[in-house]
Amino acid sequence: MKYMLLIYSGAGDSADACSFEDWVVYDKALKEAGVLVSGDALKDLTTATTVQVGPDGERTVTDGPFAETREVLGGIYVIDVPNLDVALEWAARCPGSRDGGAVVVRPVDEFGD
Amino acid sequence: MEGRAAESSAEQYSAERCTDESVEASVEAMFREERGRLLASLVRRFGDLDLAEEVASEAVEAALVHWPVDGVPARPGAWLLTTARRKAVDRLRRDQVYAARLAILQVEAERADPASPADAGGDLPDERLQLFFTCAHPALPADDRGALTLRCLAGLTTPEVARAFLVPPATMAQRIVRAKRKIREARIPFRVPGTDELPQRLPGVLQVIYSIFTEGYVASSGPRLQRPDLAEEAIRLARILRRLLPGEREVAGLLGLMLLVHARREARTGPEGEIVLLEHQDRGLWDQAMIEEGRGLVVAALSGGLPGPYGVQAAISALHDEAVDVESTDWPQIVALYDVLLVLTPSPVVALNRAAAVAMRDGPEAGLALLDDLAEEPRLRGHHPYPATRADLLHRLGRLPEAAIAYREALDLACTEPERAHLRRRLAEIEQPG
Repeated sequence: MKYMLLIYSGAGDSADACSFEDWVVYDKALKEAGVLVSGDALKDLTTATTVQVGPDGERTVTDGPFAETREVLGGIYVIDVPNLDVALEWAARCPGSRDGGAVVVRPVDEFGD
Repeated sequence: MEGRAAESSAEQYSAERCTDESVEASVEAMFREERGRLLASLVRRFGDLDLAEEVASEAVEAALVHWPVDGVPARPGAWLLTTARRKAVDRLRRDQVYAARLAILQVEAERADPASPADAGGDLPDERLQLFFTCAHPALPADDRGALTLRCLAGLTTPEVARAFLVPPATMAQRIVRAKRKIREARIPFRVPGTDELPQRLPGVLQVIYSIFTEGYVASSGPRLQRPDLAEEAIRLARILRRLLPGEREVAGLLGLMLLVHARREARTGPEGEIVLLEHQDRGLWDQAMIEEGRGLVVAALSGGLPGPYGVQAAISALHDEAVDVESTDWPQIVALYDVLLVLTPSPVVALNRAAAVAMRDGPEAGLALLDDLAEEPRLRGHHPYPATRADLLHRLGRLPEAAIAYREALDLACTEPERAHLRRRLAEIEQPG
């Protein structure tokens, strides 16, 4: 079963926040366990653009959104594991779950499953 | 089928069937525990709680039809499981899509947890432990964990669970459906956590059982103070868990704590349902057999290593239960145990209870000083035992106007009618002395 791990960064980028090396190690562990489906880090929120299409087909393109809350989606992983306990275990090992960050685990809706 | 070697429950069934018109209800009650075992075995085989519940009910219904005619089978549990499995297989034949999905689930479940279940005696292997962990899973809403545990492991029906929690049956049905949907859709597994995970997961299961107990003990709202049925269900669940995890000292501690508190149930309320405080309780009404059992469990909970919070709370309860009156209670020992509890689970509520014990050991002024230190605690704001305890100590010191203010403050915060009535009586003692 596929789960998406949505990685939210914490309030402040404290000095002891996880290093690049931590992410490399985690990435490698996911690959070696054979559970990694995909994974991407996102550029920071100042590079984001929002598109909305109204009922009349009018397209609105805006800069942002800028962080209204303190938590910003910083990246995602999709993993394929047998059940939620295993997914939660991987989420707990993710460097993004520490230093005030949080990892939200969501089952992927696989149609026809 | 011959009704030989019937289990005691089955004998009871034959005896009752001629005499009682409500035989179905009593058999239902008798099947409660059987149903939990059956459900756990079916969940293990089919990996689907809904299917397991449906075919378990059908098997029990079939037993109600066949056993009075054919006699109770030699191995009732195995009969029920075989019947239920046959019904499940029938259903899966009719619904190929569902069957295909379940087959995937099964393969993945095996992949995740290849260990075979341990046989705990009886005519069915006891596979309920995994169900305890699923029902108390931290990914489920806290409110729903107790409801699900009562339904799946205590064998209560949804309307019974609804009555226990004082919510409309439709609301409870919705909550149970929602919880089961999350188990299915997010694939919360039916498995016992490994030894390395157990210290992290077991407290969650114990918390669910204890909150069922406290919910039964002091209803969070409404007219009745006690709902003994819930407290007894919690004790029953803890007994099952104790059999499944005999080596876990906190399970012993929790069961001991609940027995030692529940032993005082008859003395805790007066004829009108009013609260009777520990100091005024008729200790002759305390259930000595239950106290004995609880004390044995305290020993088990405190032997061999650092005690856990339930073990320590059980020990505190045991000291109360052993004393003939409040004066001769071993308050120094109780304060010492609260010191330990504060280290294990630092919380202002524990500090409040400790302050009350200190007041008994060293006098009301010492207790009051400790309470004043807690005045700014945000977690005690809105917690009526804080002003109520303060009022009692001020009362004992003869500082009556201050005591009256504190009683009024507590009155505004208390939720159950017996608690409010108790506070009103204390207030009246001050305002109309004699």
